[in-house]
Amino acid sequence: MVIRSFQNFLNRLLGRLFKTKRTIKLGLYGPPNSGKTSLANRICIDWLGKEMGTVSAIPHETREINIKENVTIKAGNKKISFNLVDTPGIATKIDYEDFLKFKLNPKDAKDRSKEATKGVIDAIKWLDDMNCVIMVLDSTKNPYSQVNITIIGNLAARNIPVLVVGNKTDLKKANLKKLESAFPQYKVIGISALKGDNVDELYKEMTRLVN
Amino acid sequence: MLTFQLIPYSEISGLNSEAKIKKILNIVKENKIVLMQGKLKPSEETTLIQRTMEDVTREFSGIELCTVYPAEKRNRELWAILKALMVKYIIGDREGLTIIGPASVVKEIKKDPNRIELFMHSKKKKKR
Repeated sequence: MVIRSFQNFLNRLLGRLFKTKRTIKLGLYGPPNSGKTSLANRICIDWLGKEMGTVSAIPHETREINIKENVTIKAGNKKISFNLVDTPGIATKIDYEDFLKFKLNPKDAKDRSKEATKGVIDAIKWLDDMNCVIMVLDSTKNPYSQVNITIIGNLAARNIPVLVVGNKTDLKKANLKKLESAFPQYKVIGISALKGDNVDELYKEMTRLVN
Repeated sequence: MLTFQLIPYSEISGLNSEAKIKKILNIVKENKIVLMQGKLKPSEETTLIQRTMEDVTREFSGIELCTVYPAEKRNRELWAILKALMVKYIIGDREGLTIIGPASVVKEIKKDPNRIELFMHSKKKKKR
């Protein structure tokens, strides 16, 4: 991992020095149901005019890595292009019985559970390929979960730039202050991917993150 | 009955990452809660999640995981920082405590900066 971190660092440095044109991979990471695909859809609707994936209240709706190539966004006089990588939510447990509560039939629940475990493994494997990451967290939930800390810790260890997004700020229980105090070393932006609240501020921060 | 198994630092310091994770998962699969002295490296934590996901079955749905680590003291003098680094280098990073339990026993571990709460399942779930 040390070698990989060094390679990432070197790639970024050389890219800046020689202004080489490279494809930037911007990953959306976070726990299940934090709104990663909602955010991917928001970005794609705003800049490409169409959605990227389906969203659902049932956890682990995204069970495969989805990539949207050549997304270009503008904020002020800055313009960035990247490949947007929407990843399955990272979890430490997946119980098919949890899906039964959402009225899935046992076979579908078992299939979903199997695909979800594979999705988590893939999401972790893809960490190494990211150039920068937006960590999407549900601002109504406790941010001190070990999954959040593990993802952020891994990104820091790999020297991958991170922007923390507190999603679902349109909900009453949203608590951005708690999110900020949990991750004081990172810039935290509160948004509602569903309603589009404060996404302009997010796009501005994204241009800084990618540059 | 709940069973906690302590893993002292001396028991895992000589193991490589894969062996460390195998040891932890073997204990957790026996429905015991691991209390490990020290913490895993970030890369070991992700490997633990990967191995857990590979092993998910009807009987084993995964783990609950939590690490408690003393907060970094800010505005420390350079000497104090160097001393702490030297101690870590010589005797290893023994600070902190890692709690890992089977998801079938531990429903949730809630962590706030200053406290940890373990929520257990009230009774063993019947698998259909």
